[in-house]
Parts: sequence; C-alpha cells; structure tokens
Amino acid sequence: MTHKLVPEHRILKEEEKQEILKNLNVGVHQFPKILKNDAAIRDMEPKQGDIVEIKRKSRTTGEAKYYRVVVVE
Amino acid sequence: MKREAIKDKIAGIEFRILSPKLARKLASVKIMTPELYDADGYPVDNGLMDLRMGVIDPGLRCRTCGSRVQDCPGHFGGIELARPVMHVEYISYVYDFLRASCRSCGRVILSEADMEKWREKLENAQKEDSLVQVDIGKALLRKMKNASKCPHCGEKQEKIKLQKPSTFLEDIRKLTSIDVRERLERIPDSDLIFLGMNIMAGRPEWMVLTILLVPPNTVRPSITLESGQRSEDDLTHKLGDIVRTNQRLSENISAGAPQIIIDDLWDLLQYHITTFFNNSISQVPPARHRSGRVLKTLSDRIKSKEGRFRHNLAGKRVDFSARTVISPDSKISPEEVGIPYEIAAELTIPERVTEWNIDWLRKFVENGEKYPGANYVLTPNGRKKVMKEAKEVILSELAPGDIVERHLIDGDIVFFNRQPSLHRMSIMAHRVKVLPFKTFRINPAVVHPYNADFDGDEMNLHIPQTEESRAEAKVLMALSTQIITPRYGSPIIGGSKDYVLGCYLLTKGNKVFSREDAMQLLISSGIEDIPNKKEFTGKEIFSLILPKDLHFVEDLEKAKEAEKNKDDSIVIIRKGNLVTGVIDKKSIGAGRGSVLQEIFKLYGPKRSLEVLEKISLLGSNVVMYFGFSVSPADTDVSPSLYQKVVTRLSDAETKVDDLIDLYNKGKLEPYPGRTARETLETSILPILNKARNDSGRIVLKEMTGKDRTFLMIRSGANGSPLNMVLIGSCVGQQNLRGFRINRGFRNRTLSHFKKGDLGSSARGFIKHGYKAGLTPTEFFFHAISGRDSLVNKGMRTPKSGYLQRRLVNALQDIKVFPDGTVRDASGTIVQFSFGEDGIDVSKSDGGTIDVDMIIRRHASK
Repeated sequence: MTHKLVPEHRILKEEEKQEILKNLNVGVHQFPKILKNDAAIRDMEPKQGDIVEIKRKSRTTGEAKYYRVVVVE
Repeated sequence: MKREAIKDKIAGIEFRILSPKLARKLASVKIMTPELYDADGYPVDNGLMDLRMGVIDPGLRCRTCGSRVQDCPGHFGGIELARPVMHVEYISYVYDFLRASCRSCGRVILSEADMEKWREKLENAQKEDSLVQVDIGKALLRKMKNASKCPHCGEKQEKIKLQKPSTFLEDIRKLTSIDVRERLERIPDSDLIFLGMNIMAGRPEWMVLTILLVPPNTVRPSITLESGQRSEDDLTHKLGDIVRTNQRLSENISAGAPQIIIDDLWDLLQYHITTFFNNSISQVPPARHRSGRVLKTLSDRIKSKEGRFRHNLAGKRVDFSARTVISPDSKISPEEVGIPYEIAAELTIPERVTEWNIDWLRKFVENGEKYPGANYVLTPNGRKKVMKEAKEVILSELAPGDIVERHLIDGDIVFFNRQPSLHRMSIMAHRVKVLPFKTFRINPAVVHPYNADFDGDEMNLHIPQTEESRAEAKVLMALSTQIITPRYGSPIIGGSKDYVLGCYLLTKGNKVFSREDAMQLLISSGIEDIPNKKEFTGKEIFSLILPKDLHFVEDLEKAKEAEKNKDDSIVIIRKGNLVTGVIDKKSIGAGRGSVLQEIFKLYGPKRSLEVLEKISLLGSNVVMYFGFSVSPADTDVSPSLYQKVVTRLSDAETKVDDLIDLYNKGKLEPYPGRTARETLETSILPILNKARNDSGRIVLKEMTGKDRTFLMIRSGANGSPLNMVLIGSCVGQQNLRGFRINRGFRNRTLSHFKKGDLGSSARGFIKHGYKAGLTPTEFFFHAISGRDSLVNKGMRTPKSGYLQRRLVNALQDIKVFPDGTVRDASGTIVQFSFGEDGIDVSKSDGGTIDVDMIIRRHASK
C-alpha cells in the first residue's frame, strides 16, 4: 500500500526483532499493538508476534521509528 | 514520628460477587424489626441499631466483638428477603446472560464446535503475555443473542426484553425474580467463560439477592441533636423501609394473600432495595426524606465530586498549611514569599536536636509562643509537651535526639500554590520572608506562572516536614529551576510591568547619569561592584546586572547593519556590555528569544534568578527616579487628524452602502456556495475592519513615541496600540455570536433604524472612540457585544476545565523510564523515545538543542 498519508510499514526480521527486544528489555506483550488484518500491513502476510517497524514523519526529528507487535483477534 | 516496619504488602485487590452463603456468614444479626430504640432509648434486639452491628455510643460495648467505640470496626447484619430481588447494578449483566443462555437447559447458545473454537481463543486471551485480543461483549454475545434455537436441547428461544429499570419480559410474559434466578442457576460453570465471567468471581444467580447485607452501625451513625433528639442516617431510613416492606410481604405470603397484593409488595421491596443501592437511576423516582429531601444512599456516597474518592481520598485536608490573600512586593526576591508573623508563629518545622544546634534551638524553646519560638518538643518517649508553664522543665530536659517544632524563620523552604494547578509551575518552592501585615507577599515577576493577580486572589502555603522533602523541594521545585517552562522551553518568569518600563527608560537613547545618581540607582538595586567613573550612561548601568562574559545578539541577520547605524533597533550585548539596543519586554520579559533565556542556558538557574532579582529592583528604582505618570491627554487627537479619521470612516460607510444598494437591486454576485445575503455580510466585514485599522494607523502616527502612555505600550509594560485606537479613534464593529448584530426587533436591531437597514451603523459599527463618546445606539451595541463575550467566557471555562480533567486522568500515570521509553502504569510502551526526539523541553532551548552552538562555544574556550 502506498499513499502519502500512510507511513512506511515493514515487518522486522527475526534478528532485528530479537535485538530490539534485547535493547528495550521487554516482552512483546508490552509493545503497542497492531491487528494482523490492519489495512497497512495486511498484504505483508504478518504473523502473530511479528514486530512492525513504522517510519513516521516527525515534527521534532524529521523521521521517527515506531514499533508495534502484531496481534490477532 | 512513629514508623512501623512493613510486614506485608497488598499485592492486589480483587472484586467478586458476594455469595448468599458468605453474606449469611458475615451477618452477625438477622434484622427482623424496623424499630430502632425501645422506650428507654436502648437499641432494640434484631432492630436496625442492634448492638451486635457495632457500637457508636461511648460507654457501650459491642455485642459481637466486645470492644468499645474506638476499637469496634462494626459488623454487618442481614435481612432475609421474603422473595428474591434484582440487584440494580447487575441488571445489564443479567440481561446479557438471559439472552445468551437457553431458556430450558441453561446452556450457552453456542454449538459444540463454536465452543471449542472460542474456548481456545478466550483461554489464550486471558494469559498475561497474550497477543490475542478478544472483545467478548461485541463478538460472542451478539452471536448468541440472535440465535433462535438452542443447539444443545433444541428448545426454541423467545426474545427477552428489559423493561427499565428492572423488569424482564419474555415476549409479553413478565419474568419474576424467581424465574430469573432459576435460569441463571441453570447455566453450568463450564459455560461461564463464554459470557465473559470468571468462575472464580462467583455465580450469575448471586446477582439476584436472597439476603441483603445491612451495613454496620459505624457506617450509618445516628447523630444526637442539641435538643437531645436522635437523627438517623439516610441509610438507616432506607433500611427501615426495606425491613418494613419485607416484613409485610412475608406476612402476606404466609397468610395466603391474593397474588396481586403479593406482587405489589414485591415491587415495592424491589423499589426500596434499588434505591438503597442507587438513588439516581433514571426511570426510578428518587426516594425522599419526609421533608422532601432526596436520600443519599450507597452509590451517592462513592460517586462523583462529593463522593468518597474525589472528596475524601483525592481531596484530603492537610496540616502545616496556610491560605490568605496575596499582594505584591517588588522589594522581595522572586524566590521569596512574604509570610505574616501570625502565620509564621503557627506553622512549624520539626528540627532534631544535636550537640551542634542545641544552643540555637534552645532559644526557640525559651521564646515559646513569642515569635521566633517553638510550639512543641518531641522527646524519644513520644511525649509532646506544650509550652508555657512547663517551659523551665522542658528547657532543662532538652537533649540531643529530641525534636523541636520551631516556628518558620527567614530562609525556610516552603511550597506555594495557586489553584487551578494546571501545570507544574502552579506549585513552586519559595524561601520564607517573614513580614508584618496579614497577606502573603510575592514579587510581581512570578505572577505569570501562577496566573495570579492581586484583585483578591488567595494562595496556599505548605511546609515540608522532613529533610528529604526539603532537599527535593530545593533541587526540583525551587522557583529558579522553573524559569523555563516544559511546554515550549522558554522563560515563563521574566520582567514585566514597571521592571520592563524601568529598563526601557534607562536604556533608551544615550541618557547620562552623574556618579551620584548612578550610585543611588545601583546600590538600592543591590549592585555593589561599581566601576570608578564620573559619569554613566543608562546602558552602562543596565550592563552591570549582566554576567561579565555574556554575548547576546537579538537578531543575527540584522545585527551588522544595526550596529553600524547605531539606531538602537536591535539589542546587542558584548562581554556583558549593552552595546546597542533598547531593553524592552522582548529582551527581558517572559517568552522566546530573551536575554533571560540566554542567561539561563549559559549560566543556569542560580545566576538567572540573580539577574531577575536585579532587574526587578533596578527596573522599579529607575521608574521612581524618573517619575512616571500618564494623562488622558496622551490619547488626544488634533482636530485636523481627527477629520482624516472621519473622512476615512465615511468612505467606508459609503462603500458599504454601495454594496447594500447592489444587493437590494439583486445585482450582487453571490460567492460560490453562499447566498447573496451571506456574500453581502462577508464583503462588508473586511471593509469595516480595514476602515478601523486605517483610522487607527492615522491616529497612532501622531502619538508615536511622543507621550508616556505610548512609552508604556512601546516598552511592552502594559497596554497595546489597539487600546489607544479604541480610545482615540474608533471602536469598530461589534459582534454577536460571530456576526454583525442582527437581532432585536423585527427586521432591525433597534427602533431607531428603518426596517431592513443593513448599513454599518444600524448593524453595530461604532465609528467613535471612547473618548469622543458613543451615541446611544452605539453604546447599546457595545453592551450587547460585551455581554456576549462575558457569557461565552463563562461557558468556555468549565468546558475546558473538564476537558483538562479528563486528559490529566488519562495521562497521569505515564512517565519516562530510565531507558528513555515512555510507558504507562502497566509497563506498556507508549513512545519509544519521549516526544520522538527524547528531549526534555524544560532543559532545552525553545524545544530544540542547538548542537552547533554548543560545539562552537566549547571550541572557542
């Protein structure tokens, strides 16, 4: 999905995911959540527990990264 | 202070549904009679004031635990209900359960296959680290409610309706509480999970009451009035109604009374029990006292502003605090707060006696109640001695280890607060300055963070009672640490009013002061390091309050030219010397880009405060030195100039009239999506606005820089050019609800105008200034507009207050963790870095960090 109002979503590789979890020292259940069938990531075939990296435009830093964990209904 | 070791900690609190079995166990008495006291005024056995529910009269002993008033916590009683009764607060759950379960077999209306599927999902979702989100209310219940046949026993399901407040109808047949309870009983434990209910929390049928717990006497104490008459608590009254009705119901049932009578009594019992729990349910008329006052029952005690949470738990009254009116005092430091002697002698600070301070503290004890004295001495055996006669003994026994509660003295750290406490600068730590007279005194420079004025405002004072809290107050809450606001990273405390005006007068032009005059100004402003010179310019005097190595340029781009022209248009400070520029509100006031912000950034809180102190002293001293008064003549306009204004305004009037003509002839071209009338209004507004602005400009041209009122405006001390325009030239268009005034009489605003007159003066344009005077119609329009804005303000304030409250409640537990992430109370991440850039705005430079500047500064060292 490409639209100027939808920031770039990307599913992290397992190593990247583990590194982020290690750096923050938290479990995935303490992450902000995103539904598996969310329109922004639906086509990327996400799995439950995947971490999605979102690159957003930021007023303060120009670009900011945000992470969400995929949850199912 | 007594401190006990923590033996156990509460890990959590769990709420469950009260089971009838537990209720019976809890009930130490069965309440059988509505009577309270016998002829001797002694509580009746099995009455609502039975002594087994705890004692409230001194002297009596509780018949359950044997303790006296202070020690008996009170015990519950119970009323066995003759018929089951719905519990109002559970109605919505019962309604869901009835619709989701089979009317015959009680199973949840969900096929075995569905059950398997959902059971797994639900069990998964209940795990703590689950990544499964299920909203039972939405997904499952809707599915079950709409089924028409039970998949387990094949029974056809009827639609069940809830007739508010507490009657269930199946088709048109009324379900009694007995029927409801039976149905809920039939739901098997294993099916509860599909209803969103935890088996541990209880059984659904417990939501229908068979026994009513009666709160202990201590919860509803009766009050003995002065006349000796007893007055019972609202809850006791309500319980009396319940017992009476229950008694009648049970008598009628055993006497075999007709069903109608039983049903009526049953409904009455339901009503009383409903209002006992909650007396503000819609559709239920609130139960009233004999006098017609609405009874305050259980949920009223807990809920909303006057309830237990907001009134008693979140809003506790505290000791060691004071409150009075505030007034200004520019001779004290912004960090000080002036405190009346009367208050200083009442509030105390506990100070531990040591070998080193015993002599010092002894003086306080000697003074006793006389001002710098002490009110109590606490010795290790916990005794608290009052002063006065026992003074001699106390003095002789005073030893290290005791604690002396001494009066407030100059320099103590206190908290100062003004409501509404909307941001963290609403409570700041100040230093005590004990002063005569009965108001709190603050330096006008700190009026802004508190949003205070002196028209009768009151403020609160709190005295921290431990060393730790005082240390924290000094480091985290001291006024000097709060100069930069965390909202946008610029000073919120700065020069204002006289201080700005004083510095402006001092630095404008090249005023020269004799050594004597300069000394007078500087010494009285607390500046003692004075260069040995015969004459001083104003700029030199001001420079003495700045740090010696301060560099500051107001506007880099314009700096060069300004310095060449020496036109004072831009403030340039080199090596702590004001080279060029006039100090005004922009440079020393609160807000972005001031010298104060630069000083805070480079020299920190302490230095900034010193500068601020000196600004306030020097500023007001300069104003006193020159003297300053304003005159109504300052706003006078010469006749020739006023003629220009009149011409300009009548020009506009003609233009408006032309437009109206066009409109009346139907020739006005409407804007897209607008009617011709709307187009007319939108075209007229800018014409009139421009006319006002132009007329203002005409007048201001004559006033500029000439008189003192305008000096005040120029420096930023007070007033705005608009104020001058309103007085001297033209007040302009008055609005009502965002439009020109358009109501009053039929087709006209006032009977002074012709019907349908859309001209400027007929619709609220005021072409005179306040000084020239308004015509009667103009005056009336002005009053209309004034009332409108007053009403608007009155409605906006509570609205935004509630908005603020909701926001605060939603955000209060969110904080930045040591790893830089922002998390809520459960540890769930909200932001990965505070504000996406991790900058603490209150320690930044206008919300950003200028890395280049920092490097440049360190490289040059």
